Parts: sequence; structure tokens; C-alpha cells
Amino acid sequence: MKMTGAKMVVECLKNEGVEVVFGYPGGAIMHVYDEIYKQNSFQHILNRHEQASIHAADGFARSTGKVGTAIVTSGPGFTNAVTGLATAYMDSIPMVVISGQVPNQIIGTDGFQEIDAVGISRPCTKHNYLVQDIKDLPRVIKEAYHIAASGRPGPVHIDIPKDVTVNEGDFEYPKEVYLPTYKPTVKGNKKQIKKALEVIASAKRPLLYIGGGAILSDSCYDIREFAKYTGIPAVETLMARGALGHDNPLMFGMLGMHGEYAANMAAHETDVLVCLGARFDDRVTGRLDVFASNAKVIHVDIDPASIDKLVRPDFPIVGDLKSVLADLLENMKEYEFNDYSDWVNKLSAYQTKEPLRYVESEDIIKPQWVLERTGKILGRNAIVSTDVGQHQMWTAQFYPFSHPRQFITSGGLGTMGFGLPAALGVARGNKDKVSVNITGDGSILMNIQELLTCTEYGLPVINIILNNNYLGMVRQWQTLFYENRLSETDLSVQPDFTKLVESFGGKGYKVHTKEDFDIALKDAVASKKVCMIEVMVDRDENVIPMVPNGHALNEMTLLGDK
Amino acid sequence: MNNFNHYYDSEDTRRVVSIVVMNENSVLSRISGLFSARGYNIDSLTVAPIPESKYSRITIVTTGDRRIIDQIVKQLNKLIPVLRVNEHKDVIEKDTVLIKIPINQNLSDIDVLARAYNGSIQNVTVDCIVVSATDTPKRIANFIKVIQNYKPLEIVRSGVVAMER
Repeated sequence: MKMTGAKMVVECLKNEGVEVVFGYPGGAIMHVYDEIYKQNSFQHILNRHEQASIHAADGFARSTGKVGTAIVTSGPGFTNAVTGLATAYMDSIPMVVISGQVPNQIIGTDGFQEIDAVGISRPCTKHNYLVQDIKDLPRVIKEAYHIAASGRPGPVHIDIPKDVTVNEGDFEYPKEVYLPTYKPTVKGNKKQIKKALEVIASAKRPLLYIGGGAILSDSCYDIREFAKYTGIPAVETLMARGALGHDNPLMFGMLGMHGEYAANMAAHETDVLVCLGARFDDRVTGRLDVFASNAKVIHVDIDPASIDKLVRPDFPIVGDLKSVLADLLENMKEYEFNDYSDWVNKLSAYQTKEPLRYVESEDIIKPQWVLERTGKILGRNAIVSTDVGQHQMWTAQFYPFSHPRQFITSGGLGTMGFGLPAALGVARGNKDKVSVNITGDGSILMNIQELLTCTEYGLPVINIILNNNYLGMVRQWQTLFYENRLSETDLSVQPDFTKLVESFGGKGYKVHTKEDFDIALKDAVASKKVCMIEVMVDRDENVIPMVPNGHALNEMTLLGDK
Repeated sequence: MNNFNHYYDSEDTRRVVSIVVMNENSVLSRISGLFSARGYNIDSLTVAPIPESKYSRITIVTTGDRRIIDQIVKQLNKLIPVLRVNEHKDVIEKDTVLIKIPINQNLSDIDVLARAYNGSIQNVTVDCIVVSATDTPKRIANFIKVIQNYKPLEIVRSGVVAMER
């Protein structure tokens, strides 16, 4: 069938089952937008900044497990999208981003709104394409969705010059992808898996170290089954929160720089560390040369480049976690596992000795309380997005996550301004859940314009600002490591957040007391509008425990330490 | 647990990597990006299509920390248009050099030298001669050193091609 390239784009998305596209039109992508206007198979959500479009597609993808889709124009439209691409790339989020480009004949002449988009996106995407010929367009889009979702997922960028969208060509959507050079390993090596089981079974203090790969591969419930059968305790990374569930007796919390005491001690003392889809990030391991220094390491990862990158495992297993877990579950009954109850009891004792806690105050709300309270009120009914900073760590520590894909956060890149647009994508993809964005007074202003998008499309995101009038995490480091020289972190000059959200068509609440918070949150949920609950919290609260940079995990600063 | 302090020596090593890639326009920048992002230099790079296929072979020589080069090789393998990556251990390496020398130098000396390095005089004009030689990279480097006595005007090297024995 003959059609224009623009129409092909729409037809391809239809074929891929895309239900929502986040984007922003502009000169070079106008033909595609003209076709979007004429179609009815997917919704287009107009964000107010291209960065937000990408984060929204990202939040949609993280919370639903589907591939996110975003469309932007050339030049500044694309460069605005780069932070979004990098955010998704660092956390391996499946996403396809289509950008317009100046016509082929203009490329290389410094045309209006021209930039070498594929040159820029190359290091922050899993793959990218510049479609110079309309005959390649259907194949490229088909490949893009396949590459984004398969193997280690990631964002794929497609740059389409305007003439390609204007010209006509034959359209047939390929049924299959032919990529002889791209064959990700799915099946783990059976022999190696059995060896791993043997080592685990005879361990004294084994530990499951669960990463974001568990969420991405949808293997959390398999891991729960494995943990339950073997009785092996587990810790989660930031990206894996919710994998085991907060009430799982074998889950000892998040490990790392702001990890729980028990989790960090577990990682320090374990003799067999079973790494499931995690990548030994510096924020997790602390001083690497003493991290889990007495442990044999089993590392399961779909990406061979993750293995041996920072740590040399004794038993590397390259494969899809889902498939490897299936093999583990299938074979585990043939092994006699040690009784790990002493080890679990020891960790429980650590947890009793140093639980996650904070010092309550009569006069002012503690930020941690807000998370606990939100967790009590909304619990498993909410999907919680965050921005980046202290509030993000407190959310990871104190919100009771009970299932995977419940916690949406920019872990790898640490992108401030991620929360609101991501929560918008979450709200679009999960209409039966409450989409909450926990944010800070610094982060929220980095994509504040998205309040309007929420209002326009009826996406009732509840933003809870933990307002301490500081760029809190940087302030914490300045206090601890820079002799309290608070360089450019005092955010005393602030907008009136209540008026601000009201002017965007939402509802605002300024909260000074605990009672006010309960009322505000319940009212916000009932309002079905985009809301902003500004909670005035203790200015000087620090995120504790903390492993200072360059220290071992067992050298935590705990509550009460000076 | 092992970390790399035990595993890797800290000394820089020279590595010859050959990469078979789809013959498409963006491949080279994808590959060179992996080196430049880590501040690594490519000592030598050759690219040519593989006859009767849609693939090209790229041969790269680089020097550096083994851990980082190992990581680069793994990342190379991950690139979508890369079919395979071979790290050569036991290889035949060849390098070609073209050297332009003024005609007033001792031509018979130069001819003998060129022959010693499997080369010969390729071209003669009224002002200068051009000699070429193809040999191992080490011997080519040596040839270039020796030829300095004859006041070369211009030296062009091809870069290394390699094949497993």
C-alpha cells in the first residue's frame, strides 16, 4: 500500500499496539502530527516540555512493563529529550523516541533547528537510527520496538528527516525482525546454574542481592518463591524496591549508601552473594575492595558487559533472570539446602538493634513520618514516583512497598525533575491506582509545567513536597563534608505552591501539622485533580544511615552518631 | 570476593581487536565512541569490506589497562550492528608504509633497505622516489627509524591488519 512516511509512522505504532504517545510538535515533525490528528488508535498527550514527554513515557513503561513511546521535533525538541533518554538508558527502560529532523538535503548545512541528533543520542541509547530512505522506515520502527524490549531493555531513538515523512512509499509492516548481529542470550548455562545451586546449598550465610533486573524481567514472584523454599534472606537495591515486599520475613531492606543497618551488615558478612540482576553500583557497594569480602559471588545478568565490570564473580551466569529463575526453581528440589535460620536470626537481631528510625519532634513534622503515614493511608494502592535527593532516599527507606513496579525512581542518572512527568505517565497507565509523586522543594520546580498536562488530561497526580527550604541532599553533604558551608543550597525564596498549583487547575494544601496532612491527603485522593501537598518539614534532618563515600558498608553513620 | 586488584596487572597492555560489523554508515562512530568515552586512544584502525558479504572488518590496535579494554570489548559485542569481536592473541600482523624520499639520496642503499623489509621502490619522479614496505608493525617502525637517514619528505602508514594463525 502506498502512503506517506508520516502515515507509516502512525501505522507502525498502531501495529505495535501503542496506546499512548507523549510528545510535543514542531516544524520537522509536523507531517507526523498531521497524521496523528487524523487517527484514532492511540492517544497523544501533549506535555509542556520535551524532557517531560520522555520521562512520562518512561514512567508509563516502568509502571506497566510496556514499551513507552514519545515523539519530539528536531533541534531543541530533541536536545530537550536527551536527559530523558539518558535517564531511561541508565535504568534500562524500554522506550522508543521518534524525533523529526531537517530534510535530507538540508542535513549538514546548519539548517534551522538542525542538530546531529543521532550523534548526540548514540552514547545514551541502546541503539539509534537516522532513517534516510522511506523504504527503511517500517523495518526500522519494527526493529526499534524489538530492540527496546528484548535483552537488556533500553531506549531506542529514531531520527526521521522531514522529507522522509512527506514522501510516499510502499508500506508493509514486517512480521518479523531480521537482525543477524543482535541475539541476546536468554537461557543461562545449565551446568553453571547447577553449580550455583550447589554453592548456595552448602553456604552458611547466603544472601540474595536483588537489583532492578528483577523488576524489568518480571521475575520478582519467582525470586519470592526461591527465597521462601530455600529460606535465604534477601536485600534489595534502590531499583528493586518492592521486589520481595516490605512484609516478607526474609527481606532485610535496601542496602547501600543509605541502606538499612541489617542489609548492609548482611552484605558485609555473607559468604555466598547471589546477585540477581544488579550491577554492583558504587552507591550500593561502598568501598568495593572490601564489599562482601568473604563471599563467593554468583552473578546473574542478561548483559555480559555487566559481569566482570566491577566485580569478578566466581559463578557468572549470563541469561534472562526470568529464565534462570525458572531453571533454579526447577532444579532446587534436588539439593539439600543448609538450615539458614541462625543467619536469618542474626540479621533479625541486627534489625532489632538498629531499625530504620528517626527522632520524632513535637514542634515540626519529620519527613520520614510523611512517608510512613502516606504508606499507611495509601499502602499498596499507590504507585510512588520520586524526584532525586533526600526525599527519594526517605521514600526508598520508609514507604512500605509491597509489589514490583510500585516504586518509580531515577536511580542510575539521578535526574531531578523526573518525578512529576513520570507520575503523569504512571497515572495514564494505571488508572486503578493512585499516582503519587514524592518530591522536594528543589526537584519539583524542574518540571513544574507538567501540572498543566495533568489538568488537561485528567491525570490526578498527587505531589507531596517535603519542603525543607533546602536543596537537602547537597546541604547534607555540605554539613558533613564541607564544614557546613551551605553554598547555593538555601532555597528560602519560594513560590506559593498552593497558588501555583491552583493556577494550573489543581488543588493545593500547605501542611504544618500531622492532622492537616491526613486531611489533605484524603481530600487530595478524593479530588481526582492534580494536587500539591506541601509539607513543611524539619530543615536539618539528614538521611541516615549513611555510608560516607569511600567507606565500607559496615562503616555506617547511624542515628545518634556524631 | 575477587576484585580487580587481584586479577589485573596494572601495566598497560597492547591489544589487537578485530570486529566484524554490518556495513552501514554509523558503525565506526559507535565503535570509536566506546574508546573516546573512556579517554582511550586508538593506536591504529583499518576498515575494509569483507568480500561478497554485507559485512566489514575493522581492526583496531589499542594500548591500555586490561580491565578497561575488556569492558570496551564487551561493549563492542553489545553494539547492534556488530556481528562478532575477536581479540587476537596469536596473530600475523601486517602494516604497510609508503615513504617519499628526495631523488638526490643514495638510491641503491634505499633499495637494499626496502628489500630487507619486504619492500621495494614503487615510483620515481624527477624530484623524488616512493618506496613501500609491508611487514610486522614492529619491523615497519624499525624501517621508518632507519630511513630517517635519507631525509624522507613524507611517511604514510596503513595501520595494522591481523589474522589468527
